[in-house]
Amino acid sequence: MESIQAKQGLVGPNDPIQRTQLPYVTGTSVVALKYKDGILMAADMGGSYGSTIRYKSVERIKPIGKHSLLGASGEISDFQELLRNLDELILYDNMWDDGNSLGPKELHSYLTRVMYNRRNKFDPLWNSLVLGGVKNGQKYLGMVSMIGVNFEDSHVATGFGNHLARPILRDEWHENLSYEDGVKLLEKCMRVLLYRDRSAVNKLQIAKITEEGTTISQPYALKTFWGFTAFQNPTAGAEGSW
Amino acid sequence: MSNSAIDVPSRGGFSFDLCRRNDMLAKKGVNLPSFRKTGTTIVGLIFQDGVILGADTRATEGPIVCDKNCEKIHYMAPNIYCCGAGTAADTEAVTDMVSSQLQLHRYHTGRESRVVTALTLLKKHLFNYQGYVQAALVLGGVDCTGPHLHTIYPHGSTDTLPFATMGSGSLAAMAMFESKYKEGLTKDEGIQLVVDAICSGIFNDLGSGSNVDVCVITKGHKEYLRNHLLPNPRTFVNAKGYSFPKKTALSCINREFRNLNF
Repeated sequence: MESIQAKQGLVGPNDPIQRTQLPYVTGTSVVALKYKDGILMAADMGGSYGSTIRYKSVERIKPIGKHSLLGASGEISDFQELLRNLDELILYDNMWDDGNSLGPKELHSYLTRVMYNRRNKFDPLWNSLVLGGVKNGQKYLGMVSMIGVNFEDSHVATGFGNHLARPILRDEWHENLSYEDGVKLLEKCMRVLLYRDRSAVNKLQIAKITEEGTTISQPYALKTFWGFTAFQNPTAGAEGSW
Repeated sequence: MSNSAIDVPSRGGFSFDLCRRNDMLAKKGVNLPSFRKTGTTIVGLIFQDGVILGADTRATEGPIVCDKNCEKIHYMAPNIYCCGAGTAADTEAVTDMVSSQLQLHRYHTGRESRVVTALTLLKKHLFNYQGYVQAALVLGGVDCTGPHLHTIYPHGSTDTLPFATMGSGSLAAMAMFESKYKEGLTKDEGIQLVVDAICSGIFNDLGSGSNVDVCVITKGHKEYLRNHLLPNPRTFVNAKGYSFPKKTALSCINREFRNLNF
């Protein structure tokens, strides 16, 4: 018992065991899809503290090793903890120096085990993770939720993205999207999320991973349209109503 | 002055007396019987000549589909239609009631009904019942002041919008609208967008399904396209049909006719 408590860090021998029960600083949805050359992933840069948008430059997509990208929504501190774990994993893998490296499938499996085992101890990492990558020409895109549900698909989304972005992706995604079409489709999804998700911020990054490597774009903003005539004068024809 | 309590006439509106009893029962584990909800996707949009309303046709009772092809677009007036989501009885009753009130008003004034009239009547009724009448409505129509589209929430608040969705499939349908809607759509473009939004609800939301109903309202004219699209046909139907041997029809033991003398 004592050694487990000591591993939690900064916990005295007689303190009660600490668990993540509520998320504090959270990121909203991540959307990702497979395209012709690899994977495209998009996430905005907001970190909300309850109903305040507290941080506006949180990078929620990170490259892992040579072959993968990890995007996370949910508790940011748990995401940072995961990144530390994955760093260690990649380091040990590199130390073998055997020409082989962990690919996206292996990382997805590792993350599933970590998430599931944490939830079994009633101490979950409060995240929904999206893992995408390309290794030896094989594209891979998968998702792990905070309770350990994992699956692989051609397009995934977390959080609100499930309700707002996946219907669009199910309708308009097809095999062999070009890079421009993939980005346009992702931007369409992110725009709908920007309009309809209260914790979204208009500052997003799109990350791309192909056999050649990873690029994460600079943060940029989407154009929005508010000029509908009904918005200009909603009570036309009924003065005094709303 | 008698000793008995003075009889105060009832003041109308909802009587909240039994709510405390219901709460107490719920705490003891006795739950209300489940309602027939229309767990739904309903949409409306304004196009260049008027309003188009759309709805799916599935009615659910908890996890079971109780009606595969119900009608969720209700008639309010010759130029006004209303889609309803939430408890089916509530949406039916409230739209029927306001439809009758509008008819009486038309007789009284001799004029075509206005959408804001229907809106105010519905809003007043729903607010009066403090959200207990669980009807979420998309009201659309064209009157002398132009095309109008409103959403009405169970507690009585309303919105005036160029495009609107309600029900459990509203997010899936709204994703379609937000990405594809623009001003000045033609009738065919509008119908296609409404169909896309309802199909998005049908295929991505578990509470919506079956077919697509569409209603197009323009100045002086309306088109009620019941089952405009049937994207869920029955896949396996026995081509030979089902034959029942004659003997199974009426296997009665004894037949006797008697006159009943009253």
